[in-house]
Formats: sequence, structure tokens, C-alpha cells
Amino acid sequence: MRTIGALLLAGVLCAAATACADKAKAPRPLAQADAAQGLALIERHGCAACHAIPGVGWPKGRTGGDLAGVGARPMIAGRLPNQPAVMTAFVRDAPALLPDTGMPPMPLTDAEARDVAAYLYTLDDD
Amino acid sequence: MLSGWPPPVLDPAGPFAGPVTTVAWVLFVMGAVVLTLVLFALGVALFGPRRWKRRVAGEKLVWIGGLALPVVVLSGLLVYGLSVTARVADAPRPGEMRVRVTGEMWWWRVAYLDDQGREIVQDANEVHIPAGRPVVLELESADVIHSVWIPRLGGKTDMIPGRRNFMRLQADEPGVYAGQCAEYCGGPHALMGLVVVAHSPADFAAWRLRQAAPAAASTLPGAAVFSSSGCGACHTIRGAEANGLAGPDLTHVGSRQTLGAGILPNNQGTMAGWIADSQGIKPGNRMPSYPVLSGQELREVAAYLDSLK
Repeated sequence: MRTIGALLLAGVLCAAATACADKAKAPRPLAQADAAQGLALIERHGCAACHAIPGVGWPKGRTGGDLAGVGARPMIAGRLPNQPAVMTAFVRDAPALLPDTGMPPMPLTDAEARDVAAYLYTLDDD
Repeated sequence: MLSGWPPPVLDPAGPFAGPVTTVAWVLFVMGAVVLTLVLFALGVALFGPRRWKRRVAGEKLVWIGGLALPVVVLSGLLVYGLSVTARVADAPRPGEMRVRVTGEMWWWRVAYLDDQGREIVQDANEVHIPAGRPVVLELESADVIHSVWIPRLGGKTDMIPGRRNFMRLQADEPGVYAGQCAEYCGGPHALMGLVVVAHSPADFAAWRLRQAAPAAASTLPGAAVFSSSGCGACHTIRGAEANGLAGPDLTHVGSRQTLGAGILPNNQGTMAGWIADSQGIKPGNRMPSYPVLSGQELREVAAYLDSLK
């Protein structure tokens, strides 16, 4: 729960700090993250089994949300602020943030999770 | 599944794939030579000087080029092809390792056999072999005609209902080799992949021991979800109360490379996606989607299956 609190707080602070800026401006920067590597990881781990993901030809999973435009959405899974730190934590261990989610933890390192998040932030065009 | 570019064909990784690849190249080169000759003759007949045209006309060329040459070339190629591939497909010899692979719509039932042909261990969608040693696959079908094709290890061999065909394969080096059903078998035929894992001899012995052992009793909450959702009506988990035979054996499903018969990587995420919506991923396959589980139950059952290493 502490991690969740800290992340939510980080998200809120982040949102507050940039309250006057254009928050939806994308792609949001993730320092030292590699979006191309993120796409390779997404393919290797089969994220598309549950999500339709632009850039992945097959499959087009229906269990989780369609990720087209996810980078520009204000919320993750309708529940969490869409901020890079939250996204990075979510793709790696979603149940730690949302205990009733159907999305299992994924076998990613923190650096890999950042790459995946970086790719998701390139999907900012609905 | 066979994927990537160039596709892993004409790239033999064992002594039974090598001759098949050689046959393929010989047939291709002979075909190219014949095509060139025919096109050359056609070009001469249409556009050549009068003197040349006379030489490609007349009965003599028809008898030689149209009858004698094809008979000689095709008979030679037939004898050559059959002699090269003969030892790939003959029955198992004493001491050779035997694996029964049964084609099902749209997955592979796998059983490791002893010398008398009795089943020792069941598995699915993956064939594990020791590297550097020939293994005989005994190919059967439970429903329609399928065909096994593991391009880097051998040619295609059909699985025909009521028949048993043999296919010898060997991987020179440890590694993972992709395979695919190569005979249209309805519905999601294109999503019927197979994986061959070649181990070093020591690793293979260890794998075999692990595979033969039943699953340890699990205290994970997903074990109860698996049981109460009725998954055991179609799936067997040795060591648990699940003894269904219609679908793949799941005793060690967490240790497999892929899910859905060679089509998805195997982790908790893809496991959850497959259980929730196998019909969306592989339309028409015999496993129903499970839209009745809560998010938490879905994760629990995926974590349980992932733990069956």
C-alpha cells in the first residue's frame, strides 16, 4: 500500500506542479527510455494477447483496453493518473496499484517497464 | 509459429533436414534449367532467324525434348528423392527414442514412449529431445489430416487418421525449433504451431525427471479457482484433481515456451488473456472463453498455472 500511496502522491504532485502547463502534450518524456525497445518487449511478452496495440499486427486482444491513443488519455485503466511514473509501475505490476485488476504482474525489469511506457506514450493519436 | 524474415526454411540444423534441403535445391535448380531451355526454345521459335527456327521445328525435337528428356530427368529425380528421404521415414529401430505426436484440432498431444511403445509421460504442444541423437516421432491424428513441419529439422510428414507415420529428426545443437501444421485442418489451422526444444543430454535427463513428476500440491488461491471453474473437465494436472483428456495436459504448463499451441509467449499475462478470451485470440478453437471470472480470480488462476513448472 505504501508504494501505491507514494506513486499516487507522485502523480498528484506532478499533476499539480504542471497544472498550468499543457498536460496532455505528448509524447511525454521518459529519460533514457527507448520506445523502439519497448515495442520489442511488448511483442516478446505478448501484451497483445489482451490489448489491441498499434504497431503490433497480431493478435488484437480484447480482454484489456485498446491502447490506441493511450498516451494522450488522462487516466490509466480509468482509475490512475496517466503519469510516466505511474505508467511504468502499472505495466510491471498492475495489481500493486489496482488490487482487483485482471492484469497480472509482468516479468519486466524497471528499465524494461520504462521502455514499454515510452512506447505507450508514442500512442497519443486516437 | 514460423515467423521472422527470412523464414527458417532451407536452413537445416540436423542430419535429416540436410538431405531434404538438398533435394529441394536440386529440384529447384533442375526446374530452373528446364524452364530456361524451354523459354529459350520459345524465344527462338517466335523471334529467331529462319535457320534457327527450322531447328526447333520438326518431330525429332518433340521426341527428344518432349518425351525422352522428361522421362529420363523426372525418373532420375524420383529415384534420387525417394532414396534420399527413405531413411527419414522408416519405423523405429531398437534403442531409438520414440515420441508419439497426435494431431488434434488445433493442437498437438505429445506422449513419450518406452521401448515397448507404452506411454511414460504426457505433454502437449512441445516436443523435447536430446541434441545430437535421432528421435522417431510416431505421427497419428485424432480427427482430420494434419501435417508436422519443423523446417530446420526435417521435411513435412502427414498425420492421417487411422494410420501411423514415422518421422525421424535430430537437432545437432541444443535450441528451440519452431514447427507448424502444414496441412489445412479447418478453422484456426494457421494458429497450430509446435515447438521442439533440443537439450544437451544432461539437461534432457533432468527435464525428463521433472516432466515425469506430478505437480506439487499448491496452496495458491488459483488452484481453488481452477477446480471450481471446472477446468479439470478438459485438462489434466497430475497431482491435482483434474483429469480431463479433451484438452492439453497442464501438469507442467508453466514451463512451456508458448501458449495456445505455439502462438503466444508464456507468462501470467498471456495466460490470463488466453483464459479470458481464447476465442478472440484463436477463433474456433475448442476452449471456450471465460468471461465469468473476476479480475482477481483471473490473475489467481493465471498465477497458479504459471507456477506449474
